[in-house]
Amino acid sequence: MAKSRTQLPKSPTGIQGLDEITGGGLPKGRPTLVCGSAGCGKTLLAMEFLVRGATQFNEPGVFMAFEETPKELTQNVASLGFDLKDLVARKKIVLDFVYVERTEIEATGEYDLEGLFIRLGHAIASINAKRVVLDTPIESLFSGFPNPFIVRAELRRLFRWLKDKGVTAIITGEHGEGTLTNQRLEEYVSDCVIVLDHRVSDQVSSRRLRVVKYRGSTHGTNEYPFLIDENGISVLPITSLGLQQIASTARISTGIARLDAMLGGSGFYRGSSVLISGTAGTGKTSLAAHFVDAACRRGERALYFAFEESPSQIMRNMRSIGIDLEPWVQKGLLLFQANRPSFVGLEMHLAMIHKAITAFKPQVVIVDPLNSFLIGGNETEVKSMLMRLVDFLKMNQITGMFTSLTSGGDAPGQSEVAISSLIDSWLLLHDIEIGGERNRGLYILKSRGMAHSNQIREFLLTDHGVELRDVYVGASGVLTGSARLAQEAQEQAGKLARQQETEHRQLELERKRKALEAQIAAMRAEFEAQETETLSIIGQEQVRGAQLAQERVDMGLSRKADTKPNKKKGDSK
Amino acid sequence: MRTNPTKHAPPKAKPRKAKLNRYFLRLYVAGQTPKSVLAITNIKKICEENLKGRYVLDVIDIYQQPQLAQGKQIIAVPTLIKKLPPPLRRIIGDMSNTERVLIGLDLQKKA
Repeated sequence: MAKSRTQLPKSPTGIQGLDEITGGGLPKGRPTLVCGSAGCGKTLLAMEFLVRGATQFNEPGVFMAFEETPKELTQNVASLGFDLKDLVARKKIVLDFVYVERTEIEATGEYDLEGLFIRLGHAIASINAKRVVLDTPIESLFSGFPNPFIVRAELRRLFRWLKDKGVTAIITGEHGEGTLTNQRLEEYVSDCVIVLDHRVSDQVSSRRLRVVKYRGSTHGTNEYPFLIDENGISVLPITSLGLQQIASTARISTGIARLDAMLGGSGFYRGSSVLISGTAGTGKTSLAAHFVDAACRRGERALYFAFEESPSQIMRNMRSIGIDLEPWVQKGLLLFQANRPSFVGLEMHLAMIHKAITAFKPQVVIVDPLNSFLIGGNETEVKSMLMRLVDFLKMNQITGMFTSLTSGGDAPGQSEVAISSLIDSWLLLHDIEIGGERNRGLYILKSRGMAHSNQIREFLLTDHGVELRDVYVGASGVLTGSARLAQEAQEQAGKLARQQETEHRQLELERKRKALEAQIAAMRAEFEAQETETLSIIGQEQVRGAQLAQERVDMGLSRKADTKPNKKKGDSK
Repeated sequence: MRTNPTKHAPPKAKPRKAKLNRYFLRLYVAGQTPKSVLAITNIKKICEENLKGRYVLDVIDIYQQPQLAQGKQIIAVPTLIKKLPPPLRRIIGDMSNTERVLIGLDLQKKA
């Protein structure tokens, strides 16, 4: 064990969570008082401390019981998977039952309880024990011996003696009235005091543990819920630990391409918290199922906490929209945990969720639905529970998807569980009632850290999953469902008509162009005819002019007859 | 375990009472403390005065035989265990209160 200069040496209990709260375990070599009322789990905690010590930390231990016989003890803890018989046989644990019966005892003067010391000393020496448990010695000793002063003095001596022996001890005690224990034992055992509590509120019981005192060490001071199940005790230090989570930039798909597109193109951030809220029957679970399906397709593990439907019912229903979750369950990628919300208290639910998450190590967690936890006016408790759950998920980089049922009358942006501030991405599903029918609409109320669509999409549940459609937004408002289809048909018809008209106009134009061209051709032909005629007239005129000139020369020749013939008329010029 | 003769024939017990009424006593002490010494002295005196000739007294130091402390459920010391005659009774302390010792040994009724 690492000994630090500032912290006193500690003896790990091996009990899940307790070592975290106490910063490493119980004070080594000192006695610790564990007190609580009947049935709160004192004996189990003490026994687990011994068994874990013997099996995990190689520290044999002595269990001195004042109420239960070794046989009873062995039977009682066998249900937690502790094989005391074997541990006793292997000399890892000694069970000693101290029997004190008042009616058999007659006091005749001075006595002390040295017998107890000798027994304990002998038991410790026989297996070289490092841990000791005294299970409810106080009550039986005080009731067994007539002189309380002697018992008190002897107990005080016993605790000092245990310290001198250097054994790490747990002494259990019943809760006293107004004090931690009967007979104010906490005055003697003052190094470490742990109080266990088993309370019932709203007919739901929960167990809690609190480290009241830990001399020489820091420790968690809150009340922590704890569970007793087949693996023993687990304490869950789940109070909000601060906001130091690392924010991932990795994105994960929602399982619906159109929705991914609405969320900046690539879906949610890994490790973010997602809320899907909506009125009844708007498809919250279907969205969640898509998300789970997508996670499992990526080979990730998904843990589905169902609080209103049984796993087989969810799987059947999802099969109807084409999502088959069963293979993922069989592959071990998907685990359902279904419980009624009233099964245990809130804290215990949280504790169980923690435990399941720690055991299954999922990347995706679904809680469906959240608000089934709301029973009576426990809103603040639910909120604090969710805060811790969200913190826990974020710390482990788990993407959490929560569904929340809102009642119709509420403002859509108001979730019944006022947890909007804890949520990174919030999808809102709501009914759109138009034209005598109800359709589903989806929009993103918020999504931190990404550009996201502000559009309402119509949300269709088809036999091949969820489909998102653009709603019709036009002169007559937002239309969905049949109204959208009708509108679309109407538009289609209009479009066709327009197309025909266009074609018609094109033809007309063509025709006109042809007519024009014909006209042009006719005019050109006329022009050409005119041109030809004109040119031929010009030609004739020129020929005539030449003839006139020749005639004049010929005339001159004929008059004078001495000039050269008109063959040489060109030279005379 | 030693069988208890009275168990077999309670109706006939009366005439043989003197014979059967033997006392088997064990005194458990822890070392030679003043309390131990005082207890031994006191119980021997009481036995001699009240049970002369019909008792067996063993003195056991549980420091020497610590396993007996567990086996015999010894917590307080000194403890005197009256094994016989029944009922089994534990008398604790230094035996200085003779009256209470006699009550414990069923030799005197509670006042």
